Amino acid sequence: MGENRSGPPRISPFSLMVILAALALSLLALVFSVSVFEENADAAWILLLMGVVGVAMSTYVLLQTRKRLAKMRIVIPPVMTTIECKKCGFKNVREFQRGDFVFKELEPCQKCNDKMLITAIYKEVKEKERQRFPF
Amino acid sequence: MTIICTIAAVQNQLLQFPSDIQTLVNILLYLVFFAFIFYGQKIQMYSMLREVEGSLYKLKYIRDEGRKTAIETIKEIGKPQADPTAQVDRFLEYFMISPQSLDPAGVVWKLEHILDVRDVRLKDEVKLMAPAADETQANNLENTLEAAMALNYIYKAIRHYYLLGKKTYSLYVIMQIQMILPMIMREAEAYASALKAFAYGQPIGDGAGALVAARLMHGHETKKLPKDCVVATVPFEGRTAFVIKAEGPGGNVGRPGDAIKTVIEENEGKIANVIMIDAALKLEGEELGEIAEGIGAAIGGPGVDQYKIEDSLLKYRIPINAVIIKEDIGDAVSPMRKEIFDAADKAIERIKQVVLERSKEGDKIIIAGVGNSIGIGQ
Repeated sequence: MGENRSGPPRISPFSLMVILAALALSLLALVFSVSVFEENADAAWILLLMGVVGVAMSTYVLLQTRKRLAKMRIVIPPVMTTIECKKCGFKNVREFQRGDFVFKELEPCQKCNDKMLITAIYKEVKEKERQRFPF
Repeated sequence: MTIICTIAAVQNQLLQFPSDIQTLVNILLYLVFFAFIFYGQKIQMYSMLREVEGSLYKLKYIRDEGRKTAIETIKEIGKPQADPTAQVDRFLEYFMISPQSLDPAGVVWKLEHILDVRDVRLKDEVKLMAPAADETQANNLENTLEAAMALNYIYKAIRHYYLLGKKTYSLYVIMQIQMILPMIMREAEAYASALKAFAYGQPIGDGAGALVAARLMHGHETKKLPKDCVVATVPFEGRTAFVIKAEGPGGNVGRPGDAIKTVIEENEGKIANVIMIDAALKLEGEELGEIAEGIGAAIGGPGVDQYKIEDSLLKYRIPINAVIIKEDIGDAVSPMRKEIFDAADKAIERIKQVVLERSKEGDKIIIAGVGNSIGIGQ
C-alpha cells in the first residue's frame, strides 16, 4: 500500500516507429548535407535545414508523447495510520492496512499492555513549490 | 555561438537563392496567410478537438481503471460464485430520473422517495454481487461502484460532445466542452483517487464533519437513529450535547435530516442551538483546512435533508450555526489529507466558542457532523 502508481499506458509501437523513422531520416539528411557540401553547397544547406528541423521536431514529438503518458498516471500518496496508547502515550505510525478505521481498538500496547487505538488515518501530500501571488 | 553562426550562414545562403526559389517562398507565405484567413476557425477547431481527444484518452483510461478496481474489490471481498463483470457493467449504466417539478408542491417528498428506492436498489445489487461482504464492506463497495459510475458517466458525456462536435463541425459545440474541460478533469481525477479510498475503506476529505463528531462522541454510549445515523449524549462545556454522525466505519452519509428531526422531537423542541459541521468547497487561494463559521444548515446532497432540518428548526424556532472545514473537490473525495485531519481540532475549538457564546449552561444542544463516515468509527 505504498505510493500507488496505476500501470502507465505505453507509447503505441506504430507511433514510436514513425517518430524513430523521422528521426533517422533527419539524421541521414544531416550526414548527407556534410558529404555533398563540396559538390553542391545549396543542396547541402537545404539538407542541413531539413535535418535540423526534422531532428528538433521528432525529438519534440517524442518528449511530448512521453509527457502526455506521464500525465495519465494517477499517483496516490501512501496513507498512514497512527496508533496510540491512551494510557502511556506510546505512538506508532504505520502504513494503512485494509480494515483500519479511526477509533478501532487494536492489539495490546507493547509497553503497558493496555489496548491501542487508531487515532488518525491520513495521507501526507508533498506540495510542489507553489507559485507566489501578491494576493 | 556555433548555432548563431549556423543560422546566420543559412540566412545568407537563403538570401543568395535564385529568384525562382524566392518567388516560391513568397507564394508559400501567401498561401499560409490566406489559409489562416479562410480556414482559421477550422484550424482552431481542430486544435480544440485534439485537446479534447487527449483528455478523452485519459478519461477512458481512468474509467477502465475504475471498472477494474471495482471488479477486483468485489471478487476479493464479496467472494462471488460467478464472475461479477456483467453485473458491474450493468450497474455502471444505472440512472435516476428526478421527479417532475412543474408543480413544486411536495417535490421534496417525491425526491426523497426516489432516492430511497435508488438506495435500496443499489444495496440489493451489491448484496447480490458480493454475498460474503459484511455491512461495512457492502457500504464501501457501494461507494466504490458509485465512484466508478461517476467516472463512466463523465467519460461518456465528454465523448458525446467530442463526437457531436466532429460530426457537426460546430465550433461552439466543441468550444463549450473545451472550456470546462480542466474542471471536469480535476473532478475525474478526484473520483479516480476516491475509488482506491472507497475500496480500502480509508477516510475521505468529505468525512471531516463526521470526524469532528466522532472525536466528540468517542468513549460515550451511542444510540442508533433513523436512516443510518448515531447519536451520543455528551456533556460539553456545561451543556448537554447530542452529537450526531452517520454510522461508521462503512461508507455512509446517513440521513442527518431525519436524525436531527428525531432528536428535536424526542426533546419536544427544547434545544437551545443546533451546530452543524461539514466539509465545504474552498475557493482558490484559500488554505486547505481553513475553518469558517456561519449561519444555516451546512449540508450538501440533493436538498432533502436540508429541507427537513430547516423545517424542524422552524417549527420550534431553534437557531442554527454552521462550522465548515474548507477543502477542494479533489480533497473531498480522495483519502483524507493531514491538513484536514488536523483541522478537526481547530473545528472543535470553534464549536466550543460558538456553544459558549450562543447557549447557556444547562442547555441542550445538537452538534451534527455531516459527511461520509467511511473509515471513521464512533
